[in-house]
Amino acid sequence: MSKILELQQLRKYYATQKAVDDISFSISKGSIFGLLGPNGAGKTTLLRMITGIFYPDSGEIILDGKKFHPIDDIVKIGYMPEERGLYKKMKIGDQALYLAQLKGLSRSEAMEKIKFWFSRLEMESWWNKKVEDLSKGMSQKLQFVTTILHEPKLIILDEPFSGLDPVNANLIKDEIYGLAQRGSTVIFSTHRMEQVEEICDHIVLMNLGKKILDGTVADVKQQFKENKFSIKLHELPANTTHESFEVVEQKANAFTVKIKEGFKSNDVLQFFLQQNVTVEAFNEILPSLNDIFIHLVEGTKSVSRAFQQIQA
Amino acid sequence: MNKIFLVARREFLSRVQKKTFLLTTILLPLIIFAFYALIIYFSIKTNDNLHIAVADEANILNGKINSKDDIVFEVIKNETPQSLNAALEQKKYDGYIFIPHTYNLMGKDSLQLKSNKAIGIMTREKIQKSFDDVLEEKRLLSLNISKAQLDSIQNNNNRIKFATVTGKADDNTKAGLSYAVGYISGFLIYIILFIYGTMVMRGVMEEKMNRIAEVIVSSVKPFQLMMGKITGIGAVGLVQFIIWIVLVFGLQLLLPLLFPDLLHQMQGQPMQPAGMQAAQAAQAMKQSGGMSELMNSLQQINFTLIIGCFIFYFLGGYLLYSSLFAAVGSAVNEDPQDAQSLLLPITMPIIFAIVIMTKAVNEPNSSLAVFGSLFPLTSPIVMMARIAHGMPEGVTLWELILSMALLIAGFLATTWLAAKIYRTGILMYGKKITWKEMWKWAVRKS
Repeated sequence: MSKILELQQLRKYYATQKAVDDISFSISKGSIFGLLGPNGAGKTTLLRMITGIFYPDSGEIILDGKKFHPIDDIVKIGYMPEERGLYKKMKIGDQALYLAQLKGLSRSEAMEKIKFWFSRLEMESWWNKKVEDLSKGMSQKLQFVTTILHEPKLIILDEPFSGLDPVNANLIKDEIYGLAQRGSTVIFSTHRMEQVEEICDHIVLMNLGKKILDGTVADVKQQFKENKFSIKLHELPANTTHESFEVVEQKANAFTVKIKEGFKSNDVLQFFLQQNVTVEAFNEILPSLNDIFIHLVEGTKSVSRAFQQIQA
Repeated sequence: MNKIFLVARREFLSRVQKKTFLLTTILLPLIIFAFYALIIYFSIKTNDNLHIAVADEANILNGKINSKDDIVFEVIKNETPQSLNAALEQKKYDGYIFIPHTYNLMGKDSLQLKSNKAIGIMTREKIQKSFDDVLEEKRLLSLNISKAQLDSIQNNNNRIKFATVTGKADDNTKAGLSYAVGYISGFLIYIILFIYGTMVMRGVMEEKMNRIAEVIVSSVKPFQLMMGKITGIGAVGLVQFIIWIVLVFGLQLLLPLLFPDLLHQMQGQPMQPAGMQAAQAAQAMKQSGGMSELMNSLQQINFTLIIGCFIFYFLGGYLLYSSLFAAVGSAVNEDPQDAQSLLLPITMPIIFAIVIMTKAVNEPNSSLAVFGSLFPLTSPIVMMARIAHGMPEGVTLWELILSMALLIAGFLATTWLAAKIYRTGILMYGKKITWKEMWKWAVRKS
């Protein structure tokens, strides 16, 4: 699959810290990509370089096969930053029009697209309202529309669901899937691991400015699995210890077992079957991204770093 | 460039479409006009004539004493203090002066004015002066100085007339007018710098606090955003000023209609439009005595030069300072109070400029005035004071050109520095920023 974005040894150092330290990865066209990391990991700095707000100290950004050129390529990118807002006194229609024109759309083009998206997300009646009259969730919706209005090839969403109720969150989630199907690529930055697990194809985990994990969600889970299985038996057998596993947890007839080095899942099954016990369920337990995240980040200096100031 | 225009258009429209803009733009000149109209009205109309009876029993005045302004003297005969008191009771006169026939012109006898109401200090002086003049003349005549001799002494052609080498007359009215024009235009620029500079700063703060700055700079460069804001608000200022000038000019045409007396005094001379100075001029007219003298002086003042320079220094000064105000706005966090302390280094030179300006209107060629009118941070205000005195009397051509060039250079320099502070500042949250840090951002190479 061709790549929409390639980062090659990207670096951005501030006076006090290395915000982004030698990061390389690539993102396939049409995928939904998750950029993860604790606070202060350098995600925002990285995103600001990809959107052309900051220049990298060194390294290359290749957008759609060509070297990234902020002024010309701005129209290919839609960025919804974590710190986002709107002009409070401006009418919603005017605001969307203004932001679309700043992206480089002509007035009539912008108008047409705003009308399309407003009717799609049931926002037509908002046109003459002012932003100060909107709830947080409503303005979030408006921000999403202004981000994707110009149909960018690369959509970058930083914590897109914060403040949204489940109904609107699902609405936006469906739009994100739809955009990806129509060929846009979505970069998704968040702390909410369950959302990442649900939505993303491919993730990169950053900590202290470095990439510490890169791969598809399934691969990452395989990589960090601990050979744990859950087993549910009809009745408790006489013997529950065997050299092939150790019991991690037991709840009545259900066990969580960890298979020891050199043994396979079949060895465990065989052991119980030989005792003539009915096995009702046998499942592999894969670690959640949340566990992996905590496992990788815990114990590093990232917590103290999160309190330091991000400087340009 | 196109994006700067888009930003400027939003800044311009969002301000012009506000109700407060219409109110301040249209109401303010109306209030100023009404204020001056009232002043003129009261100074012309409401002074009731003061009737003073002069009972000249000693026959010193030969039955005649000139009335002065609103004081009307009436010489009467064959009255006694009692009959005069009665006349006063009946409000036939506002007061009387009784000159008994024992009155000795060369003696030290004093006269007394009796009135039934309080007489203002100005009016008292005028009455005193009228009597001093007439009695002095009578005394001199009684010393056998002929009327012809007296006239030739009093023919006061001995006043010094001021002129410059170029041969232009430089009378007191013109000097006073230059002073007023210089002072007013310098002060206007001072106010403009503050009003519109603060407007720029608050616009930047709003963008930062609304958290929209990052959304916008992902579409436009921070420099474009800053320049768009500065241009848009500058255009608001320009439009506001043009409306004010047109309104004041229009209302000034109404003045003669409202006060036909004034029109009469003008003796058919066309009134020169002088923008904001109109009301001032109308007031000055009352003081300087002659309308025609004022008109002559007005014609000596080169208004094309002054208005041209005013617009140049208004724009130059605004561009120079507004980028600094924008830089401060970008550094302010949640607390608007922070802006106060950060603003100090910017307001200092503006206030300094006003101080130099008040000196420069008096001495346009003093070394302080020359320095102030060349130094870009003070020149927009100080140069206006010098230009009002004309060229080359107030300022030489090369000084003007040098000052303009320095102002343009200064504007480019402050914009360049401010843009670097702005770029960093608008994306920076949660930390109180000092001037030291802002300076570090400004001089760091990008």
